[in-house]
Amino acid sequence: MNETKPPYGGALPKPTPETQAFWDGTMAHKLMLPWCTECGKPHFYPRSICPFCLSRELEWREASGRGKLHTYVINSKAAKGFTTVPYVIAVVELDEGPRMMTNIVIDDPTPEKLPIDAAVEVVFDDVTEAVTLAKFRLVQP
Amino acid sequence: MTGPLSRTAAIVGAAETDRIGKLPDMSRLALHAEAAKNALADAGLKLSDVDGLFTCVAGPNELSEYLNFVPRYVDGTSVGGCSYMIFVRHAVAAIAAGYCDVALVVHGESGRSWIDMEPQGTAASPAGQFELPFGVAAAPTTYSIPVLRHFHQYGTTKRQMSHVPAATREWALLNPRALMHSAGRITPEDVEASPMVCYPFNKLDCCLVADGGGALVITSAERARDLPTRPIHILGTGEATAHRQIAMMRDFTTSDATVLSGRQAFAEAGLSPADIDHLMLYDAFSFTPMMFLEDLGFVAKGESGSFFSETRRAPDGTTIYKTGPGGDLPVNTNGGGLSYCHSGRYGMFAMLEAVAQLRGTAGERQVQGLATSLVHGPGRQFAAASTVILSNV
Ligand SMILES: [Zn+2]
Repeated sequence: MNETKPPYGGALPKPTPETQAFWDGTMAHKLMLPWCTECGKPHFYPRSICPFCLSRELEWREASGRGKLHTYVINSKAAKGFTTVPYVIAVVELDEGPRMMTNIVIDDPTPEKLPIDAAVEVVFDDVTEAVTLAKFRLVQP
Repeated sequence: MTGPLSRTAAIVGAAETDRIGKLPDMSRLALHAEAAKNALADAGLKLSDVDGLFTCVAGPNELSEYLNFVPRYVDGTSVGGCSYMIFVRHAVAAIAAGYCDVALVVHGESGRSWIDMEPQGTAASPAGQFELPFGVAAAPTTYSIPVLRHFHQYGTTKRQMSHVPAATREWALLNPRALMHSAGRITPEDVEASPMVCYPFNKLDCCLVADGGGALVITSAERARDLPTRPIHILGTGEATAHRQIAMMRDFTTSDATVLSGRQAFAEAGLSPADIDHLMLYDAFSFTPMMFLEDLGFVAKGESGSFFSETRRAPDGTTIYKTGPGGDLPVNTNGGGLSYCHSGRYGMFAMLEAVAQLRGTAGERQVQGLATSLVHGPGRQFAAASTVILSNV
């Protein structure tokens, strides 16, 4: 099956030293967050110092992968490499607190299907052999 | 109480490129040069009088080389479309400090024809890693991100938002240079019937894309008295930057940068929103001026939707918006980014319209009896902001 899958044409991240562990995490289907051991808070996106107290005492911990749909758009004009429109670009607020941009994986998205603050959970999309993106889907009640 | 720099400098030259719109015959640098030449002519000054250069779509190095002059003060602050308002603030400070006497603030951008323009961002930048892979493309996919949160939190509606482009178009119909001058009226229904770009934005919620440029010449209030044009006094200014990626916005219903910038400008001017006669609220998208009207304190949080959508009937049956021709608070009187033009960094055009209105040279769209104008804009998607309060007296 792999031979017939077209090559991924979307934008790919290039990890930096402070983000490498996050991208290694998604490859292993884990959502990893940097936590500050000084002030006790996690942050996103990963940085070399804590954005709350400027401490360098950071450690990686796996997040629950659960959160809420904080806000979103339904994009009808495909970005390069995005073959299916419309698609949902969302900001998810993780249960741990930080927010991240992502996609909501859903067929035929409409505002009615996507209430603000709806519960979501992480899914991992292996877009290439070297890159996995953390996306989210609605948690069905 | 005003701040120490209030009224210490004035705008003495203001002009656009000869043409705006689709200009495939002009490069990014050619647009800068033409705008600079026109603004200097307007001010009655020569390039040799200029000793401060403020520019960002072309860097100061590029532009000093292209124009063949050596300014002794340079500023290339590049935080998006409001950079030109920030330059006004920085020029006031530089003139007050004696670092320059005549500041040239120049914008040019081949936003439509894309002659000598470069794409921004790398795959290793935070946006390249944490936003672009999710299909973020042009500005409509990021400026739109806060909107549904605002709707959810305050009950703002898409119909209310659709009145913003309709009201702004009314001004464009009175401005022969507006790209939509002859395009006719639009209703909120027309906005919602236009092609969907990125929900909640239809095509008519989005600004135009154009080539063009403009420039300002600023000097001390003292020197301004000896120049031919009516000086436009700079009463107060503000600036701030809060983030780069839209997903990092602290609160999607409030621009922290706008709040801080507005507060500084009002404090320096010694004024409050009730003292402002005319507003230029950078409208990259229909929602943008709504956020600014609230965050600058003209209406309470959550009330911009009803403010922009409230209308009354004129005797001839036409609709009069509060922010439109004949309304109480004229906003975006050139037709705005939505119906005048938008080069990519629109801030210069917002400044130029405020100057035209305060000089009384705005033609058919001239608002009578103006003494003050407030210009406010964002840099990138609510990331940065700047505010400039101007007066003709
Ligand atoms: Zn910390």
